[in-house]
Amino acid sequence: MSDLAGFRAEVAAWLEENCPAAMRQPARGDEDMCWGGRNPVFSCPEQKLWLERMAARGWTVPDWPREYGGGGLDPAETKVLRQEMARLGCRSPLSSFGIWMLGPALLKYGNEAQKREHLPRIARGEIRWCQGYSEPNAGSDLASLATRAEDRGDHFLVNGQKIWTSYADKADWIFCLVRTDRTSKHNGISFVLFDMASPGVSTKPILLISGYSPFCETFFDDVKVPKENLVGELNKGWDVAKYLLGHEREMISAMGLGEAGVPLPEIALQSMGRDDRGLLDEPVLRARIALFEVRAAAFRAMSERFIDELKAGKAHPAQPSMMKYYGTELNKARHELIMAAGGSGALDWESAASNGGAAARAWLRTKANSIEGGTSEVQLNIIAKRILDLPSA
Amino acid sequence: MPLYLDDQQSMLRDSARAFVGETAPIAHMRGLRDAKEPKGYAPALWKQFSEMGFTGMLIPEAEGGLGLGAVEAGIVLEEIGRNLTPSPFLSTAIGAVEALKAGSAAQRGRWFPAILSGDAVAALAIDERAKHRPAATALTAERAGNGFRLSGAKTFVTHGHVADLVVVAARTAGRAGDTEGITLFAIEKGAAALHAEPRRLADASIVADLRFDGVEVSADAVIGEIDGGWGPLTAILDSVRVGAAAELLGVGAGAMDMTVGYLKERKQFGQTIGSFQALQHRAAHLYAELEVARAAILKAQQLVDAADARAEEAVMVAKAMAGLATTLAVQEGVQMHGGIGMTDEYNIGFYMKRGRVLAESFGDTDFLADQIARRAGY
Ligand SMILES: Cc1cc2nc3c(=O)[nH]c(=O)nc-3n(C[C@H](O)[C@H](O)[C@H](O)COP(=O)(O)OP(=O)(O)OC[C@H]3O[C@@H](n4cnc5c(N)ncnc54)[C@H](O)[C@@H]3O)c2cc1C
Repeated sequence: MSDLAGFRAEVAAWLEENCPAAMRQPARGDEDMCWGGRNPVFSCPEQKLWLERMAARGWTVPDWPREYGGGGLDPAETKVLRQEMARLGCRSPLSSFGIWMLGPALLKYGNEAQKREHLPRIARGEIRWCQGYSEPNAGSDLASLATRAEDRGDHFLVNGQKIWTSYADKADWIFCLVRTDRTSKHNGISFVLFDMASPGVSTKPILLISGYSPFCETFFDDVKVPKENLVGELNKGWDVAKYLLGHEREMISAMGLGEAGVPLPEIALQSMGRDDRGLLDEPVLRARIALFEVRAAAFRAMSERFIDELKAGKAHPAQPSMMKYYGTELNKARHELIMAAGGSGALDWESAASNGGAAARAWLRTKANSIEGGTSEVQLNIIAKRILDLPSA
Repeated sequence: MPLYLDDQQSMLRDSARAFVGETAPIAHMRGLRDAKEPKGYAPALWKQFSEMGFTGMLIPEAEGGLGLGAVEAGIVLEEIGRNLTPSPFLSTAIGAVEALKAGSAAQRGRWFPAILSGDAVAALAIDERAKHRPAATALTAERAGNGFRLSGAKTFVTHGHVADLVVVAARTAGRAGDTEGITLFAIEKGAAALHAEPRRLADASIVADLRFDGVEVSADAVIGEIDGGWGPLTAILDSVRVGAAAELLGVGAGAMDMTVGYLKERKQFGQTIGSFQALQHRAAHLYAELEVARAAILKAQQLVDAADARAEEAVMVAKAMAGLATTLAVQEGVQMHGGIGMTDEYNIGFYMKRGRVLAESFGDTDFLADQIARRAGY
C-alpha cells in the first residue's frame, strides 16, 4: 500500500514536470487527437513532445511488457497512472487502433517475431492501423465475410472488399479478416496483417451524416500478403477476431464516460439561466439532466469495477458486450441532452463561433457508437446467450 | 482498493447467502404475513442474526462488535433483499448504531450491548410527510426544566410500534427547511405521551405513525450537539441509504433470477419463451442496469468506509440508481411471468411490493437526483 502511495507521488511529480500545458486540456475532436503513423500530423509541437516522453517511459501502453515497448506496470499501478492523468487533466498521448485492438490480440495470439515487429511500433505511435472486418454483406453477421485469401506458396493472394473501414485512407497497415476456407463458416476465417501501401489496395472515403468522412470502402485486388503475416492458426482467425472485438468493445464503452469539456448542466445554464431559487430555469430539462447524471455517475463506477475485475481475471468474458451496450447508449442519451440544452445555439453547422458545428456534428457522430464494434442489438444477443444462458430460437 | 469484494468479503457473502436463504427464505415472510404477525418481524430470527454477529457488524470492536463497514453490512442486506426477509437489521444494526456513534458513552453503553445480543430493536423517526424531506423537520423540541419536550408527528417509521429505541430528528431552532437547528434524540420505549399507530404496507411490512404529545425527555437523551443534529443525521442517512440501496439490489437481483429461470422453463408456441428475442433483449438490458447499480453501490460503500469526502454524493447516486434498476427488474419480472405473475400464490409479486417500499425509503430516485443537481449547482 505504501509502495503504491510512493508510486502515486512519483507519477504525479513526473506528469507535472513532463506534461506540457497544452496537453492538459481536452482534445477538440478527432482532428485534435494524436494518431501517430508514418506521416504523423501533430496539431502542435507539444503534442509531439508529449507522445515522445510518454512513449519513452512505455506509458502509451502502461500495462504491456517492457520488452514490447510497454511500461510493465501491474493493474494497481496502471490504475494509479490513469487516475493521476485524469486528476491533472493530462490527455491520452496517443489514440490508436493498435493500442486498443490489435496489440492485445497480438499479445495473446501473435508469435514472437510478430510481437517484436509490431508492438513497439504501436507503442511509439509509428504505425497507424485500421480494422478490416465488415463487408457489404457481412455486418452483424460478420462470420459470413467473403474476402478471399488464396494460398500461393509463400504468400496469400487477397481479393475482395471491406466497408466502413475507419481511417483506411490514413492508415499504414490493416488487420484483416479473410476467408481461407469456403466449406466452413466460422472455421474458415483467418486473421492477417498487411501494409496498406501494398500494390492492389485502394480506398474510397464515405461521407457520414456528421459531414466528416472518417471511414472508407476498401478494395483488395490481387494483394500479396506474406505468409508470416498470418496471426494464429490458419482458419482459426475467428477466435482472434472475437478476442479483439472484446477489446474494441471495452474501448468504445469508454464513450459512456463522456468527454472532458463544458459540463452538460453548464450548457443548459448558459442557454436558459436560473430561476429565482437559483435552479436551472427549465424544470423538465433539469430533471432529465439530473436523472441522466445519476446513470452517468453509476456507469463511471461500473467502468472502474469492470477494469478492476478484468485485470483480476474476475470479469465474465462477455462483460465487454454489456459495457459497450450501456456506455454507447448512455453517450447517445448525453448528446441528445446536449442538443436540448444548447437549443438553437447547438444547431450551427459551419460558424466559427460554433467551432464548425462541433455540437451538432458530435451529436450525429455518437449515433454510430451503438453500431460500430457490433450493434446494441448484437450486444444484447450476446448478453442473453452467454451471460444469461437463454436458449437460441 | 479494487472495486470488487475481497476474499474475506466474498466468504461473508457466501455464508450470509446460505444463512439467510436457509433460515429466512421468502416462505418465512409469507408466513408472517399470513399469520398477520403484529410485530412485523420474528424475534427468534433476530436472535439468530445476533448469534451470527450481524447485529454488531458496525459496532466498534472495542465495544464488542465486529467493527466492519458498509461493504459488509451491504452484503447481508443484499441477501435480506433477495429473500424479502422482514428484519430490523437496517433500522437497528445500521441506522441506530450509526446514530449512537455520535452519542455519549452512556448512550452507547445502554444500547450497544442490547443490540449486540439481539434484544433491542430500534427505529428511525425522520420523515414527517408522505415524501422524505429531512431538512423539513418540524417536530419541535422545546426546553423544559432540565430537558426537552417534544411535540409533533413522525411517519413511515419502520418498526416504530415495537422499537425499544426510537432515534428522533427534532427541531430545536430555526425553521423547517433549515439544516441548522435540528437535534437528535434517543427515546426509550414506553415514554409517556408518545403514541404509535401501526400501519401495514403493501409489502406486509409494518411502519408506525408516531405522535408526540409533549413527550418529556432529559437532556441525556440528546444525541450529539444541540442544534447540531444535521451532521450525525447526514451520517445516519448515508448509512441507511446505501444500506437500502444494497437491499434494493437484492430485491432486483432476486426478481431477475426468478424471471430468467422462468424464461428457461415456460413453453409457448412450442418453444421456451426465453428463446424469443423480444424477451432476451429486455432481460439483457435489465442485467446491464443491475450490474451498473451494483457497481455504484459498491463504490459508495467503499467511499463511506474510507470516510471519503465524496461518499455522500456517491451514496445518493447508489440509492437513486438502485431505485431505477430494481423498479425495472420487478416490473419486467411480473410482465414476463404472464398471468401467474399476478397471483398472490407466486412470489414474483412480493418483489414488486418490497421494491416499491424500499425505493420510497430515505429518499426516492427523484429526490436524490434533485439533491445531486443542487450540489452540482443547477
Ligand atoms: C462510424 C463507424 C465506424 C466503423 N468502423 C469500422 C471499422 O473500422 N472496421 C470495420 O470492419 N467495421 C467498421 N464499422 C462497421 C460496423 O462494425 C458495422 O456497421 C456493424 O457491425 C453493423 O453491421 P451493418 O452495418 O452491416 O448492419 P446490419 O448488420 O445490416 O444491421 C442492421 C440492423 O439490423 C440489426 N440486426 C442485425 N442482426 C441482428 C440480429 N441477429 N438480431 C437483432 N438485430 C439484428 C442491427 O442491430 C441493426 O440495427 C464501422 C461502423 C460505423 C458506423
